[in-house]
Amino acid sequence: MSAALFDALLVLTIVALAWRALADPDLFRAVIRFIAMGLMMAVAWIRLQAPDVALAEAAVGSALTGALVLSGLARMKGSRAARRDCSGAATFALGLLALVLLAVVGAAALSLPAPGGLTAEALGALPRSGVTNPVTAALLNYRGYDTLLEVAVLLLAVIAVWSLDVAWTGGADLERSPMLAMLLRLVLPILVVAAGYLLWIGAFAPGGAFQGGALLAGGGVLALLGGLGKRLARHERALRAGLAAGLLVFAGVAGGTLGVTGELVGYPEASAKWWILLIESAALVSIGLTLASLYLGGRPGGLDAATGSGNPESTAHD
Amino acid sequence: MPVIEAISLALLAAGLAFFIAGTAALVRFPDLYCRLHAVTKADNVGLGLTLFALALRADSALDVVKLGLIWVTVLIASASVCYLIANEAHRRGVRPWTRTRT
Repeated sequence: MSAALFDALLVLTIVALAWRALADPDLFRAVIRFIAMGLMMAVAWIRLQAPDVALAEAAVGSALTGALVLSGLARMKGSRAARRDCSGAATFALGLLALVLLAVVGAAALSLPAPGGLTAEALGALPRSGVTNPVTAALLNYRGYDTLLEVAVLLLAVIAVWSLDVAWTGGADLERSPMLAMLLRLVLPILVVAAGYLLWIGAFAPGGAFQGGALLAGGGVLALLGGLGKRLARHERALRAGLAAGLLVFAGVAGGTLGVTGELVGYPEASAKWWILLIESAALVSIGLTLASLYLGGRPGGLDAATGSGNPESTAHD
Repeated sequence: MPVIEAISLALLAAGLAFFIAGTAALVRFPDLYCRLHAVTKADNVGLGLTLFALALRADSALDVVKLGLIWVTVLIASASVCYLIANEAHRRGVRPWTRTRT
C-alpha cells in the first residue's frame, strides 16, 4: 500500500517536473528542473528493479547532461535564442507530434509479449556468457553488435562537435583557487578508483563501462572547470587515441571472433570474460573522454582560441 | 534486533527532519549566502543520520564502509562547492542580505 503510494507520488513528481521544465520561460530554472527530473527518473528505475539503468540515468541522464545543458545555456547568454518563444502554430504542431509519439510508444508498450519475454533464455545462457550479471551479458555478449554501434555513435558525436567549433579550454586558475585545487586533488583519484570499481563489478553486479565512464567524465568536467583543459590541446594526439580506443578495440575483437568462432562478437566460451573485460576497459576510457569532450563543446584549442569562441566571461579573476 | 530497528527508525526520522529544515531554509531564506549556509549544513547532517540508520540495517561490514565513504565524499563535495558558489557570487558583487535593508 505505502509502496503504491510512493510510486504514485514519484510518477506525479516526474510528470510535474517534466512539464515545468518544458513550460518555464526561465531557461535556467527549466534546466534545474530537468536535472531534478533525471534524479527522480533514477529513483523510478530503482523501483522498476533496474539498478543498472538507474546508475546510468543518475550519472549520464541527470548529472552529465545537466552540466552539458548548463554550459550550453552559459554560451547562449545574451543571444536572442536564450529567450523562449512559447506560442504559435509551431508549438501546437510539436505538441500534437508529442501526443502521436506518446500514442505510438503506449501502443508498443501495451503490445509487448507477456511478462518474462526473453528472460528465461537470457538467464539460461548466462553460464556460457563469461559474466554473471545478465545486463552485462546482454550488452557485451548476446547483443554485442548493438553496443559496438553505440560506441561508434559516441565517437561520431565527438567528431561532429569537433568539426563545429574550437572550444575555449581556460577555466579557473588553480593557483588562485586553492579550494578548487583541493577538491580536485581529493575527488579526481576517488572518481578514477570508483570508475574502475564499477567496471570490475559490472561482471556480476550493477555497473559496467557506461556507468564507470560517466564517473570518469564527471572527473573530466571537474578538471576542465579547474583549467586543466589547456593540457588537452597540447596532447591532442593522445586524446584522439583515447577517444577512438573503445571502438578500435571493440571492432578488433569483433573482427577477431568472426575469424575464430565464425560469429561477429561471438567470443570463445572459455575466454569470454577476458574479452569482455578488455572491451569494457577500452570503452570505459573512450566513454569518459567522449562525454567530457562533449561538455567541452568543441575541439580543444588552448587559450589562443579564447578570442574566437567559448566563454571568456569566466576568465576574469579577483 | 527490534531495538536496533527502532534506533534505525528514529535516526531516519531525525535525518528526515534535518532535510525538511534544510529545504524549508532553501525556499524561505532571503539570499544566496543564507541558503547555502543552511542547505550545506542541514543536508549533511540529514544525510549522515540517514546513512547511519541504513548502516544499522546493513548486511555486511563492507556495506557499512561504503555508506561511510558516501558520507565523507558528500561532505568534501558540499563543503567545497558551497565555498566555490559563495566566492563566485561575492566576486560578482552579490551583496549579503542585511536586516536594515528590508
